[in-house]
Amino acid sequence: MQDTTVQAPVQRAPALPLNDAAMPTETPTQAPAELAIRADDFSFWYGGTRALNDITLEMPQKQVTALIGPSGCGKSTFLRSINRMNDLIPGIRHDGDITLRGESVYRTGLDVVQLRKRVGMVFQKSNPFPKSIYENVAYGARVNGLAKGRRALDDLVEHSLKQAALWDEVSDRLDRSALGLSGGQQQRLCIARALAVQPEVLLMDEPASALDPIATQKIEELIYELKDQYTIVIVTHNMQQAARVSDYTAFFYMGSLVEMGRTNTLFTNPREERTEAYITGRFG
Amino acid sequence: MSGPAIGPMTAPQHAAPLDALSFRDRRRRISSRVWLALTGVAAALTVLPLLLIFFHLLRAGLGSLNPEFFTSVPAPVGQPGGGVGNGVLGTFLLVGLAGAMGLPVAIGAGVYLAEAEGGPMANGIRFITDVMNGIPSIVIGIFVWAWVVVAMGGFSAFAGGVALAIMLLPMVTRTTEEMVRLVPREMKEGALALGFTRWRTTLGVVLPAARSGILTGVLIALARIAGETAPLLFTAFGNPFWSAGLGEPIAALPVQIFQYAISPFEEQHKQAWAASLLLIALVLAMNLAARFLIRSPYRSR
Repeated sequence: MQDTTVQAPVQRAPALPLNDAAMPTETPTQAPAELAIRADDFSFWYGGTRALNDITLEMPQKQVTALIGPSGCGKSTFLRSINRMNDLIPGIRHDGDITLRGESVYRTGLDVVQLRKRVGMVFQKSNPFPKSIYENVAYGARVNGLAKGRRALDDLVEHSLKQAALWDEVSDRLDRSALGLSGGQQQRLCIARALAVQPEVLLMDEPASALDPIATQKIEELIYELKDQYTIVIVTHNMQQAARVSDYTAFFYMGSLVEMGRTNTLFTNPREERTEAYITGRFG
Repeated sequence: MSGPAIGPMTAPQHAAPLDALSFRDRRRRISSRVWLALTGVAAALTVLPLLLIFFHLLRAGLGSLNPEFFTSVPAPVGQPGGGVGNGVLGTFLLVGLAGAMGLPVAIGAGVYLAEAEGGPMANGIRFITDVMNGIPSIVIGIFVWAWVVVAMGGFSAFAGGVALAIMLLPMVTRTTEEMVRLVPREMKEGALALGFTRWRTTLGVVLPAARSGILTGVLIALARIAGETAPLLFTAFGNPFWSAGLGEPIAALPVQIFQYAISPFEEQHKQAWAASLLLIALVLAMNLAARFLIRSPYRSR
């Protein structure tokens, strides 16, 4: 349980030189060539409560970045700041900026609809629409004009469900209600739904926290498959999960980024005492 | 991890047996039962009036129900027979008119209130709809008389429809708002996260998810206005003959019941009972439909 030498099950090639030695507030001297998301002194307030303090970090493309930290540390707020899901909440305010491949997502005049097409999201609680399995996947693609004609749409639905490793389980009942699926299947359906819109980035807000261990394992395997094509940011309470699925890990505490680095390094050799205390289970 | 091994356990000696009740225990138990029984009585009293009404109407009105009663217009005073066929038609027409005029507005307003949540505009509208809900229906009748009947130069089915639509508005607005609010926020966020506009999210995801609740509210409201008399007295007015023209006075079941009930003729009193039975059967049928018919095919398991 409290073994600090947690190893990811798969050996990863060190693809990107995200500077491990850099302090979180410090920008790495050499910006990685394939930078997906970058936050610059990003702060966030709900009314008068400050939820994020000057977050500066970089997330590389086609890698999995895990956001960990105790409840209320701001990791979900940060995740939801990337596709501006927090916009729905009255009384919010931000400072600093987040960029998606160099483009500010907070620039005035930006259409959040365009942003959210490029940055898909999977939620903690699976939230399929009260429609058929087919329609759940097809709806977003159709609304966003991604498939012309019935055949193209059929193909896209099949492809997305296969990507989400759900096709074999539902191919014979696509017209049935999505609400009849099990919790794990619903969550993979939500992933398929997000993939059908063909995003570049996939945000996952504790996608497996309501699932049993077997369904969780499926989601984790899926994340590993998907990172070939997508940049994935995952919020998780489960540190083993972060260690298993992610390439990079950011540790948030009380609204601040304490430490970010390669997952292997962060879990085996954290720089910060608070990180070590958290990952070894001494608090949080 | 490994605590002391759990050995054989013995019960503590001082504990009193579970069935040893003190005076206070007994008193508490009795008082609990008495209060529970009283709420049961209250619940029974609540449904008693409906049972009594139904029983009485069956006794007083069933005898006058026959095919002619449903298909013909009222017989001239003093002659036996006749029916309320024109009133049934008129009631359906008036309710249909009110629905056609009122429902799109009410459902739209309900969605607006749910989406705008606590804005000053929304709070104002919410307050006003609550006030509207409390306006006596006779006042709505008089208002529509002054603004529609007088302007159009005569009583009409259209004016009756307007009066009923005004009654419908606050009821359906508030139930729609409640039902839209019940849609989980996660579902709305799921749609927005796919790059849907707010409008598309509401139309394509939120409203379908709230559909069965909204339709239930609509049916209950329609049943409610189907039985209204006062707003029709100075608007639709009533008509002893067949009429389906929007510009003419039109018969309605509740108005016919009222006119028969205040007439001095025994034959008409009987017809009033029978018409009451018919009206309550219609209203009950609509309520039952609201309960059983409208089940979304995609409700959860």
